[in-house]
Amino acid sequence: MKRYSAFSLLRNALSHNRNWRPAWRSPAPKKSYDAIVVGGGGHGLATAYYLAKEHGISNVAVLEKGWIGGGNTGRNTTIVRSNYLWTEAALLYEKSMKLWEGLSQDLNYNVMFSQRGVYNLAHSLQDMRDIERRVNANRLNGIDAEVVSASELGKAIPYLNVSPDARYPILGASLQRRGGVARHDAVAWGFARAADALGVDIIEQCEVTGIEVKNGKAVGVLTTRGSIASDRIGVVVAGHASVLAKMAGLRLPIESHPLQAFVSEPIKPVLDTVVMSGAVHGYISQSDKGELVVGAGIDSYNGYGQRGSFPVIEHAMQAIIELFPIFSRVRMLRLWGGIVDVAPDACPILSKTPVEGLYFNCGWGTGGFKATPGSGWVFAHTMARDEAHELNAPFSLERFTTGALVDEHGAAAVAH
Amino acid sequence: MLLIECPWCGPRAETEFSYGGEAGITRPRDPDALSDAEWADYLFCRSNPRGNHRELWNHAHGCRRWFGVERDTVTYRISRSFELYPAAVPETDAALQSGPDNSNGGD
Amino acid sequence: MQAAQANRLREGGRIDRSRPLKFSLNGKAYTGFAGDTLASALIANGVGLVERSFKLRRPRGIFGSGAEEPNVIVQVGEGAEAQPGLPATRVELRDGLIAHTARGWPSVRFDIGAINDLFGRILGAGFYYKTFMYPRSWWKYYESAIRRSTGFGRAPAASDPDAYEHRNAHCDVLVAGGGPAGLMAALVAAKSGARVILADDGTEFGGSLLACGEDVAGAPAADWIAGIVAELGEQPDCVLLPRGAVLGYHDHDFLTIAERCDSGEPVERGLHPPVRERLWRIRAKRVILAQGGFERPLAFCNNDRPGVMLASAVSTYIHRYAVLPGRRAVVFTNNDSAYRTALDLAVAGAAVAAIVDSRPGGGGELAIRARDLGIPVLQGRVVCDVTGRHRVKGVSVAEWSGDSWENISKTAHFDCDLLAVSGGWSPAVHLHSQAGGQLDWSEAQLCFLPSRARQCHDSAGAGNGKQSLGDCLIDGLRAGTEAVAKLGLTPIAIEAPDAGSAREAPIEALWRVPAEKEADRCLKQFIDFQNDTTVADIRLAVREGYRNVEHVKRYTALGFGTDQGKLGNINGMAVLADVLGKTIPEVGTTTFRPVYTPVRFGTVAGESVGALYDPVRQTALHEWHEAVGAPMEVVGQWHRPWYFPRDGEDLHTAVARECLAVRNSVGAMDASTLGKIDARGPDVVKFLERIYTHNVGRMKVGRCAYGIMLGEDGMVMDDGVMARLGENHFYLTTTTGGAAGVLNWLESWLQTEWPELEVYLTSLTEHFSTIALAGPNSRNLLEKLGCDIPLDRESFPFLTVRAANLAGMPVQLFRVSFSGELAFEINIGSHLALQMWRKVMDAGREFDIIAYGTETMHVLRAEKGFIIVGQETDGSVTPVDLGMNWLLSKEKDFLGKRSLARPDCLREDRKQLVGLLSSDQRTVLPEGTQLIEQTACGVLETRPVPMCGHVTSSYFSPSLGHPIALALVAGGRARKGDNVFAALPGREPLPVEVVSPAFYDPKGERQNV
Repeated sequence: MKRYSAFSLLRNALSHNRNWRPAWRSPAPKKSYDAIVVGGGGHGLATAYYLAKEHGISNVAVLEKGWIGGGNTGRNTTIVRSNYLWTEAALLYEKSMKLWEGLSQDLNYNVMFSQRGVYNLAHSLQDMRDIERRVNANRLNGIDAEVVSASELGKAIPYLNVSPDARYPILGASLQRRGGVARHDAVAWGFARAADALGVDIIEQCEVTGIEVKNGKAVGVLTTRGSIASDRIGVVVAGHASVLAKMAGLRLPIESHPLQAFVSEPIKPVLDTVVMSGAVHGYISQSDKGELVVGAGIDSYNGYGQRGSFPVIEHAMQAIIELFPIFSRVRMLRLWGGIVDVAPDACPILSKTPVEGLYFNCGWGTGGFKATPGSGWVFAHTMARDEAHELNAPFSLERFTTGALVDEHGAAAVAH
Repeated sequence: MLLIECPWCGPRAETEFSYGGEAGITRPRDPDALSDAEWADYLFCRSNPRGNHRELWNHAHGCRRWFGVERDTVTYRISRSFELYPAAVPETDAALQSGPDNSNGGD
Repeated sequence: MQAAQANRLREGGRIDRSRPLKFSLNGKAYTGFAGDTLASALIANGVGLVERSFKLRRPRGIFGSGAEEPNVIVQVGEGAEAQPGLPATRVELRDGLIAHTARGWPSVRFDIGAINDLFGRILGAGFYYKTFMYPRSWWKYYESAIRRSTGFGRAPAASDPDAYEHRNAHCDVLVAGGGPAGLMAALVAAKSGARVILADDGTEFGGSLLACGEDVAGAPAADWIAGIVAELGEQPDCVLLPRGAVLGYHDHDFLTIAERCDSGEPVERGLHPPVRERLWRIRAKRVILAQGGFERPLAFCNNDRPGVMLASAVSTYIHRYAVLPGRRAVVFTNNDSAYRTALDLAVAGAAVAAIVDSRPGGGGELAIRARDLGIPVLQGRVVCDVTGRHRVKGVSVAEWSGDSWENISKTAHFDCDLLAVSGGWSPAVHLHSQAGGQLDWSEAQLCFLPSRARQCHDSAGAGNGKQSLGDCLIDGLRAGTEAVAKLGLTPIAIEAPDAGSAREAPIEALWRVPAEKEADRCLKQFIDFQNDTTVADIRLAVREGYRNVEHVKRYTALGFGTDQGKLGNINGMAVLADVLGKTIPEVGTTTFRPVYTPVRFGTVAGESVGALYDPVRQTALHEWHEAVGAPMEVVGQWHRPWYFPRDGEDLHTAVARECLAVRNSVGAMDASTLGKIDARGPDVVKFLERIYTHNVGRMKVGRCAYGIMLGEDGMVMDDGVMARLGENHFYLTTTTGGAAGVLNWLESWLQTEWPELEVYLTSLTEHFSTIALAGPNSRNLLEKLGCDIPLDRESFPFLTVRAANLAGMPVQLFRVSFSGELAFEINIGSHLALQMWRKVMDAGREFDIIAYGTETMHVLRAEKGFIIVGQETDGSVTPVDLGMNWLLSKEKDFLGKRSLARPDCLREDRKQLVGLLSSDQRTVLPEGTQLIEQTACGVLETRPVPMCGHVTSSYFSPSLGHPIALALVAGGRARKGDNVFAALPGREPLPVEVVSPAFYDPKGERQNV
């Protein structure tokens, strides 16, 4: 891998940028691999990268049915935080946060991780209790967190409506200063480039159409580009997890729903942090390009259509204007939807399955982007060692049978 | 915004309805007879198909009745709405009526 | 003043020369006329250089005439009425209009940022992914500089004074686009009896007809438009929406239209400001998409210089706005349509130095007309470069053989101040694509055409690939007629009017003109003007492995500007296809996402903002609470009195007084927000047995019971008192927040799972109000009020219900207690509630009655160890965790019971409800405090610190004189007497003793007296 730097930019500029190498190759699939990762989104590419980097397994294929980063990786609102309530979830997301903090340098690709802080607003006394509880738990878990009063909020976020006359007055907020946003496409590309450099084959336009199981063991996959053998198959396909599970005869506690988001036209910097509100169901940040990036609530029905219903957008808009009345005249430029795979406890599944050598990474619901590096890191461990890392052990499929759910609905009441 | 046909009130906008998930998930008659895994399957596992989906909707801001809808989860096209327990049971709905205790439907 | 508008034609156009308007751009004053856009007025005033580009800070002028304008995005107005992000081509001129551009410092002409243009090679596609990484901590400074350089305007610093609304409508035929095809389609549909909505983004109907000099039906186009619009206006069921942009085509033929209700003139805003923009939410039976097409530019060196314009835009400025954008023009085209522009220019008095046509065979009939006017036509030639920096000074022309991408060299130079460019047309297929329709590539027309529709739509006119005016009219008529027939109506017969159609020569597949330098060294061939995306950028992206069109777009920002790729996307794909050696359809198209044109947040939000954001629910006693100045607690949609301060008391003082008053005498609380459900029917007992955990059937008529319901996962979902009013008649109460959800939950089980049960559920939450009287004097108070039933302990024991007449009013009296005191709840019709409350307060004066709010209620119940669902529970708490085993029937199944037998629910070390006492007898533990073990206290420096529980409720108990707290503690019930430690931020961990949650009157004697 030729390193990226200001110097390489200069040097290549002198040769009219003709000597840049592809960020990743486009190899034809081999007959077999030591491990296959199904799904070339951020999580899948991260899994492949850490398989190669941390576990020395570099004879790996990432099979992507479309183009890498084209699913939820390229469709989310890019929020990164780790201030989850339950220790199990908090430690997993905090692992991810730590990886984020050095990711651009580790990948030698600027993923523009920007720690501009994440506020979760409280609009009721119960919201405040929940925030106190979560902030206290975060601190004991070694995660930065603080409670911010309404008047401090007014100073920190200039145009936030902290008036006590608001329909749902803001009573305070939690703040994670290390939280923020990143450039979503760059995360996929950066992992792809780094994984490729370690020998991973990233194979686009290669749809998995079947999972071959013999005597309870996974032996390979059927794809639109032929069958590929491997006894270690990790499925990381977000919204389509149930479809892939069915290929292996499995049923998952997952439902796929549309989740929508929209951006405004670019405006001059006006919001330099991330603001989320569960009570009024809206969250917003401003991208480096100047667009206000707004996430809407989840659509109620099952859907694989990458589009949702317009009233959901209307509600999100009303919420944003409730929080920031000055944005009423800013104009919406584009809206889109992704497919989120929601588990009953709003927590992911990072698990072995009843099929030996078949692993599933799914159920991230509305908040998977933030977990991208950590998810790949623990899932690579799980695939390499055939056992969960202690960080993802609580997120096995067994929890649905034993009842040991990690219920993060409080933290995930608003999509993020 | 979907246009959903309530069997009693006719076609109405989606905002009048609330969604109830997959149809045909029958509560086991004797939960204690089930293993933890079987109970978990009833509780949490859903077929979540990519394609035709039999699902429940409630005309929450209308007649408040629950009914079934067959909808494609990719095109969102609705092929039909049906009463869950019509007075005269058509053949096709027999499964909903008298599915085995631990039937979870399926697509 | 008029002299200032040097480029204004003396006659023609759809402007009102009798209404001159003053306006300013970046502080400089100009004049224009009513009917102008900001763009046409600027061109009239000879303003060529208007703005700087985003990345390279190149000088830019107005390029288009509509929604596709990439360069001149302005901020209009000031203060609260400022509107950022408007293309100058879509700003209706009005008197006093103030506009600003975003860039250019110290001025647009002398912009210091123009230095970026020199470093274009370094600032290629995606350069930011390759740098700004070291040192790590500097990213925030890099980023801050990047952020400052972006954006087109500023959000106003004050709340929006404008009003918006939503309007729902149904129609038989929605016609999107009021050009020639749309007008014909709407006409035939409306006259055939269909309910029609015709929406057009422009200020008036006519579309491309407003910008051409052709005749329709033997009359000037404007006259024909006026006639059709008048005829449509006479139809009984035809809604005409000019200034109505169809934004989105969603599922099930649901479309949204943003209607600008006025021209943007200042309006009087009284108490009821006029609606400024309206969002139409339309369900259509048939949709006809007739939004015309977008002309494409061509890529050649310096194709972005001010004075280079789309040919169709030039024609539009001449015909519609009577503005001549240049005196001496060159027209560069690969198709016939631009010949019209050459003719328009010549007729309007400009010199056309040359028509440069890339096709060796040249054009069709129009080319002959051009030659007849003496315009030099160069065939097989291309414009390969543009001279002039702030304004076009001339163009270089080269030979072009049509099949070579080799470098070419200049053969001629033409001086000019305007270059009109046409690279062919792309139908506006956005809505067709949004609706799920397929697109097919036409090799003959070199564009994507709408093909199979997924919903009930059809395309017509230029949007359907029709090129001549005559064909568009005929196609509109066809689409309208077919729509009518599909609706089952009989289409009336209408003839399409005569209109000109010239024989055309086919378009040539020229997208990019070869440069003198090889492609990668030529950095000035722009594809996406707004994002400064060039041909070299696309080539670079491919070289770096970004080969999928979506990767290329995202890596180069192609198509991510405010025009959403309307101008540059097809050209970008063509360049990509060329680099990859593929065809354009192999490269694929990109997804068209709503919205078609940008729309204000406020318009999408509609009326539901501010006070109307969400309904406020108030109890029947609200008036009284407000009159005495009680602060309100927001509980869901409800406003509930929080406490009742006297003489400036704060929360704690007031609550202490209220608590003691209840414990010592009597207090009254408005408990009306509790959910109330009437349940009756022959199977009601069977039904409730399955819902509640206790033995409902054993309850005698007249008895009350505390009941809980679980989700199927075994977790506590809701709780409340239920009463058996008759053999088959129950009265259920729920939590305030759970009222609606519980009713829906019960109904869903009845209707979807147990339809054989005959049970009828009715919500009574609003119909009845509840006044809770608590305290040792509550019975005395009732007696004083006058009650027709005996109230003594034997006749009316604890946990019973009686119908009674109290103070002359019919009530249901419940002997229940949420405070642990002797207590009654008066349920009374809401119409009588305020009257009853006043009588209660009057009669209570003898007992020093006080009103108390939610806070005192919380303290009183916490003193008793009573839970609040949602405070002591969080969806992960079982009844066993709460110590409610006594409520779980062993004799029956109930919802959630099976889940309680799962291994995790049987763990001994689950978090269980306990009471806590602060060891210092002083500290009121903050709610949400986490609890740790003594062993963990020693390792506070290392993280994570294991937690064993948390504080759910915590108050100072005025009755007990010390703080109390409820908590969930791992294995807590077995640990009574143990100390755990409260991890208080910034303090030493505080030892707290685990005790029973029942702090006050643990035997429950006081409520039973």
